Amino acid sequence: MADAMLSSFERTFIVGGVEQDFRCDGRSCQDYRHFEVETGIVSNTSGSARLRLSKTDILVGVKAEIGEPHLQKPNQGYIEFFVDCSANASPEFEGRGGEELGTMLAKTLGRAYNHKSAIDLASLCILPGKQCWVLYIDAVVLECGGNLFDSISLAVKAALHNTRIPNVTVSTDEGDVELEISDDPHDCRRLDVSSIPVTVTMSKIGHRHVVDASRQEEACSLAQLLVSVNGNNNICAMQKVGHGALDPDSIFEMIETARSVGKALNKGLLNILKKKNQKQAKIKRKLVSYYRRKIQQKYQIKNLHRFFLRFILAYSNIV
Amino acid sequence: MSVDARLPTKRKRISALAGFEPRHIVSPGDVITEDTGYMRGHGTYVDGDKLIASVAGIVDRVNKLICVRPFKTRYNGEVGDVVVGRITEVGQRRWKVETFSRLDSVLLLSSVNLPGGELRRRSAEDELKMRHFLAEGDLISAEVQSVYSDGSLSLHTRSLKYGKLKEGTLIQVPPSLVKRCKTHFLHLPCGATVILGNNGYVWISPLDNEEATLTDGQTDRLINDDAPQNRF
Repeated sequence: MADAMLSSFERTFIVGGVEQDFRCDGRSCQDYRHFEVETGIVSNTSGSARLRLSKTDILVGVKAEIGEPHLQKPNQGYIEFFVDCSANASPEFEGRGGEELGTMLAKTLGRAYNHKSAIDLASLCILPGKQCWVLYIDAVVLECGGNLFDSISLAVKAALHNTRIPNVTVSTDEGDVELEISDDPHDCRRLDVSSIPVTVTMSKIGHRHVVDASRQEEACSLAQLLVSVNGNNNICAMQKVGHGALDPDSIFEMIETARSVGKALNKGLLNILKKKNQKQAKIKRKLVSYYRRKIQQKYQIKNLHRFFLRFILAYSNIV
Repeated sequence: MSVDARLPTKRKRISALAGFEPRHIVSPGDVITEDTGYMRGHGTYVDGDKLIASVAGIVDRVNKLICVRPFKTRYNGEVGDVVVGRITEVGQRRWKVETFSRLDSVLLLSSVNLPGGELRRRSAEDELKMRHFLAEGDLISAEVQSVYSDGSLSLHTRSLKYGKLKEGTLIQVPPSLVKRCKTHFLHLPCGATVILGNNGYVWISPLDNEEATLTDGQTDRLINDDAPQNRF
């Protein structure tokens, strides 16, 4: 990973601070930096999100396409992850330099989502054994300020919350099956993200462990434990990164911390996404009533039918 | 334990925060003037009759020349500036120093003080011991001695106030936020020393003469420190 260069004095300063539960930016060992989430910012995707955690900047796009299900799981759709480390984030990532880290990030996501509690893949099935929805999730690391694993998992969760999958009607016509995908942007369904896991990275620094390590702290840490915690507060994946050793006792402590932090993260993220939805709904309501008035005035219609209005709005790209 | 998720919020206007209207601030694409009597300087371009900003910053006018001083920029060094930098490379009679300028700065072996303050020509032995003085990753405070024609800087640490930085934290801010002033070494009454590097690197450390009273495990390490590390 793009490690920060540190002098030995800075290292001892950071390690000493962590030992006293007081980190360089004033946080305690279990505190998270604040993060900003924006959703629905890339117009040609099914769902997108951007997450900023201090200097870390992640952009995620989800594209839903129709494909064939895997032979072993004919009744399920599937998800594919791809992470690209942009050379903007660090000169190290230029050319093929970011590939290794990108694959690792994508694999970690894949492992967390592999668990059946993560996402209801059966709901992505259209025709068992023949057609299903495939979610291509692409993430770009635009800037790297530490804690990539956590921020990508949070951004992916936010993007999936934003994802709209068009409704499909299946009709059989003399044995031929026809799929009709709805053109109406409002005729869609959303995924249930409440149980989707987030990854919490526990970095071991000195004898203690910290959550949400900054780049400098990552450079002082020899071993990390990635714990994916799903919405029910259960652990659905775990992985050790780095060449340092972990004490068996400390692993249990780390898992406990990760669970409580993961719970708070899940809750915080869902809350903020809900709030954003409410805000959008409010704006939409205002707009719709505004245009209803306008149209009524213009065409002298007394009782504009709700569906007719929706039709006009949907195809005039207003809402 | 705290987790704080936010939505991107609307920024407040600077004037509302500061209580006064700021100087002429432009963003890329803003028209600075439509008067053709002005010359275009850095950060501007001409489109038709209009002079347009190409960066976000403050408009600077000297007689007929209009420049835009950008907010977010690399550090442009001037002779006499105090900088804080990080050693990235040890080379032939010189160190490469990262100072947030466009090119890495150099610190020549002949422009550092030898340990103990010896005054003599630098020998081949000194050259071999360079990594003992300053190794890769070390932070130093230094002064800009000269600026080369390509804009890269030559630094020197030939004063007791400059040299290797030990315990403390480094904070990075945009260089445009640090004003050139009389002193860049501040000793705060709360017991902290702050070095405001002109390159936007700010170093905060405990007060020098209180080093011996540091807490816990830090004391013995200071005493056991290798001799050359003491102001090399």
